Amino acid sequence: MSVLIDKFDVFAGGFWLTLQICVLAAIGALILGAVVAVLRISPVPPLRALGTGYVNVFRNMPLTVVMFFAAFGLPALGSNADFLRIPGLDAVFSRLGTDLPYFRFALIALVLYTAAFVCEALRSGVNAVPAGQAEAARSLGLTFGQNLRYVVLPQSWKASVVPLGSVIIAMIKNSALIGFFGVVGDLSATADQLTGAEGYAFIPVAIGISVGYLIMTVPLGALLDRIEKRQAVAR
Amino acid sequence: MTTGEPLIVLDGVNKWFGPLHVLDDVSLSVGRGEVVVVIGPSGSGKSTLCRTINRLEPINSGTITFDGTPLPAEGKALAKLRSEVGMVFQSFNLFAHKTILENVTLGPVKVRREKPAAARERGLALLDRVGIANQADKYPAQLSGGQQQRAAIARALAMQPKAMLFDEPTSALDPEMVGEVLEVMTSLARDGMTMVVVTHEMGFARHAANRVVFMADGQLVEEAPPTEFFANPRSERAKDFLSKILTH
Repeated sequence: MSVLIDKFDVFAGGFWLTLQICVLAAIGALILGAVVAVLRISPVPPLRALGTGYVNVFRNMPLTVVMFFAAFGLPALGSNADFLRIPGLDAVFSRLGTDLPYFRFALIALVLYTAAFVCEALRSGVNAVPAGQAEAARSLGLTFGQNLRYVVLPQSWKASVVPLGSVIIAMIKNSALIGFFGVVGDLSATADQLTGAEGYAFIPVAIGISVGYLIMTVPLGALLDRIEKRQAVAR
Repeated sequence: MTTGEPLIVLDGVNKWFGPLHVLDDVSLSVGRGEVVVVIGPSGSGKSTLCRTINRLEPINSGTITFDGTPLPAEGKALAKLRSEVGMVFQSFNLFAHKTILENVTLGPVKVRREKPAAARERGLALLDRVGIANQADKYPAQLSGGQQQRAAIARALAMQPKAMLFDEPTSALDPEMVGEVLEVMTSLARDGMTMVVVTHEMGFARHAANRVVFMADGQLVEEAPPTEFFANPRSERAKDFLSKILTH
């Protein structure tokens, strides 16, 4: 078990990298997922079809395949995802700005994939709001956007929080795949490095890595429980 | 009472829910200031009729004209039209996450762009008019059914509508709360509001309506002033309906 102490810096570095991509991917997926959800419930049929198409594609494709498409497809199209090197943001999340684009490719894949699930989680919340609420809003003359903003969405969060939390937790665990797509040094790739290159026993290393993921997922789960309980009281 | 051209005109309106012909060639016109009460057995299409007037239910054929203009398709123009037609639902549909006063002021502030202070003042006056000014800061779930429905009427009135649609406004209420809601509706009728009321309250139809419309199987079977309709229904269908509800 001495590997946990001797190589603490390797674990910590892996943890930090995984945390970075998860924070970025969660933000991106929540924004994109919200946009897709609005498309899917829009009164305009072509927009609805677009949203539905998006969800069908990205929810039904394995994440590995999405990552392949990002890591090989984008360069084939001549893009290194440089649009993600956002000034300021790349100072905090240093990997965004590096020349090796794999962090950015992996981020795009995680966002695209997770957004489909975020969309469905948000939509299940919207569906939980009684239809009469939106009808009353429409009959007052509120537009579709106002209806969502002032009436439907504020009531849908309650029912979205739990599934949304599950989606983000699943995303954190899914991020373990990025090590296999060229991203050097994330938490799961730490195992490869320590057991393969440096010859440490696998089980202690795996325990260290598990603890790293649990540090991210357990507090998130606890936070969601608290939010849910507070809302239960408010109801 | 009725003056000039009618406010609401339905002409040859048809609507199907799948194979079910819920509105069968319905034509009806409602004059300004007129109170029309729609009665009939359940499933006769009277609620659907009420909901087509502000296009909560789209129709398959025919035309509906409100205040001289045909109902627009979904979009800004329809939203504007809806803001001029108040609607009161069977299940109140007050916004559950907003206080009673916020329910009443949401439309004026967001749709009409009124100043919040002015909307608030008028909202409180309306709540006072329907007798629940002291409930302004409570949430809908904290009110009784009758209070909620009166709040819903105040919410619709806050938009200063040209007409009010009532879709079975007392059907979800405990019997002792029906009276307080009907009282508010009667006073509205007396003040000259144009109203289309779908209801099972025959008492209200008798004393507040200018005209009673009887529907069955999606068709508009008979229309007459209330005294005439209740004393002397012409159609067999109406006689049958009245004999069933009035003998108890």
